[in-house]
Amino acid sequence: MQAAVTELPEPQLRALADHYDAAVAEKRRRLALGGAILIAAIAAAAWMGEVDLVKLAENFWRFPSYFISIAPKLALATLWTDINEWFWGIKRWTGLLLDTILIAYVGTLLGALAGFALCFLASANLVRSRALVFVTRRFLEFCRTVPEIVFALLFVLAFGLGPLPGVLAIAIHTAGALGKLFAEVVENIDDKPLEGVVSSGGDWFEMVRFAVVPQVLSNFVSYALLRFEINVRGAAVMGFVGAGGIGQDLIEAVRKFYYSDVSAILLLIIVTVMAIDYFTEGVRRRLIGQERR
Amino acid sequence: MSTARRTLSFGDEAGIAARFPEHFRPNWINRAKLIGGLTLAAAIFVFGLIRLEIPFDRLFSGIGRLIEFLGLMLPPDPGSWQLAQVYLHAMGETLAIAFLGTLGGALLAFPVSFLAARNVLRIRPLQLLTRRLLDMVRGVDTLIWALIWVGVVGLGPFAGILAVMCSDFGNFGKLFSEAFEAADNKPIEGVKATGGSHVHSVRFGLLPQVVPILASQLLYFFESNTRSATIIGIVGAGGIGLQLTEQIRVLEWQKVSFLILMILITVASIDWISSKLRFAIIGRKAVA
Repeated sequence: MQAAVTELPEPQLRALADHYDAAVAEKRRRLALGGAILIAAIAAAAWMGEVDLVKLAENFWRFPSYFISIAPKLALATLWTDINEWFWGIKRWTGLLLDTILIAYVGTLLGALAGFALCFLASANLVRSRALVFVTRRFLEFCRTVPEIVFALLFVLAFGLGPLPGVLAIAIHTAGALGKLFAEVVENIDDKPLEGVVSSGGDWFEMVRFAVVPQVLSNFVSYALLRFEINVRGAAVMGFVGAGGIGQDLIEAVRKFYYSDVSAILLLIIVTVMAIDYFTEGVRRRLIGQERR
Repeated sequence: MSTARRTLSFGDEAGIAARFPEHFRPNWINRAKLIGGLTLAAAIFVFGLIRLEIPFDRLFSGIGRLIEFLGLMLPPDPGSWQLAQVYLHAMGETLAIAFLGTLGGALLAFPVSFLAARNVLRIRPLQLLTRRLLDMVRGVDTLIWALIWVGVVGLGPFAGILAVMCSDFGNFGKLFSEAFEAADNKPIEGVKATGGSHVHSVRFGLLPQVVPILASQLLYFFESNTRSATIIGIVGAGGIGLQLTEQIRVLEWQKVSFLILMILITVASIDWISSKLRFAIIGRKAVA
């Protein structure tokens, strides 16, 4: 197929080409400016963070060699006994892992309930009082900005060693994180059911119960499951500050150079986290699928 | 007024129920599922409380002590100007850790995410392998990475940077490859239809679509890493966490509250800046 492409007259073409060049130049200029700012920021951060590439290059061999030294010594001939020896503490560790998961679970559930109760107060479409919305939001922000380990440190002092401070720390952090996400979900709901309940004489609680909750519940559960996944990872390090779970054994093994224990515990944590990821993802898919139907 | 509305709406409840029986019939299957789910959740909760041996008696005395701590925290006070400067420097370290860690993690993850995405290199076994590798890296918490890197490069913020880099490598690898897979296929086909190679289609069809998304994820992680970088000092990897744990251990409550306040202000301002930048990059709608 031969079609003649009509060429525009020269002056018109020139104007368009100039315009294009100007646009490209403008974009390049912006990119260069952004790049310069980025490089300056990197330099400042590198100076601040005491980045020492020489030290890294000199010591980098320690990184793989650490993994080699924590790797178990397995021989094919004595594989079974070697594995047994490697996982000598399996009974204690699985118990601690179960504790870790339960710390995450109890903390997530408590936090999700608190977040559930607070999210309606933080939603501008349900609450008229702007002051109440503002105060609730700042409170949630405080709960999620202070890292859970810091809460755990404080709670260990107040409640003593053990899983209780870990559970509470996770619960508070979860309440903050989920409260925010929940409130965002609530603010995006359809208004019509709300108007329906109010126009047939419902009060505020009935409105929330019959118009809001049915719309948001599956999303809430999905977010809570995602948070549970994150909290299992968080609970695994709670033991670093004495707040229960497997972290205590891990940090001890690392500090005392019980190399094969480090790899055994790390492996157990990784497998557990992966299994929980897999499980919660399956449940979440089903939940979201249900909603689409 | 609402009583009047109520009488109006429910005056003929029996009549409405008779006319629309299908809406008033209880859905037993759904109800059973709901009750079953709730019972299961409650049962695991109770089992957790029993197995963890939660001491309820200590709960109340502990709350009392917390309130006492809170009283001692006021007003927040760094002690002296010298100490305030030390804390500011530590905060700067924290920001540096978050910034370089995020950036480094993204740079490492970018090429790897090509391998992990279904639609870029299309080498199936390599893709599965990288995915499992990324999963493993993600399964290890930042604090554990920090512990390992402290052993390699010694105490200090550099170990923190490397730790954040490692854990972000796992996160970004996954997120980037998902962004690649979610990209629209039409521009890619367009490039191919005009005779471009596969490399061309990736460069001109795929990348322009995903770069803004990647940039916004980068900023989002910078935000969240500022939070996590505040604590990796607990294992000696630099930043404000070191000061914070020390002050908590020696019960200097006014300094603790000063440090927490500093963290709150810093995180809030980083949130604010980065959300502005994110909206500028991909527009207000897409972020929500």
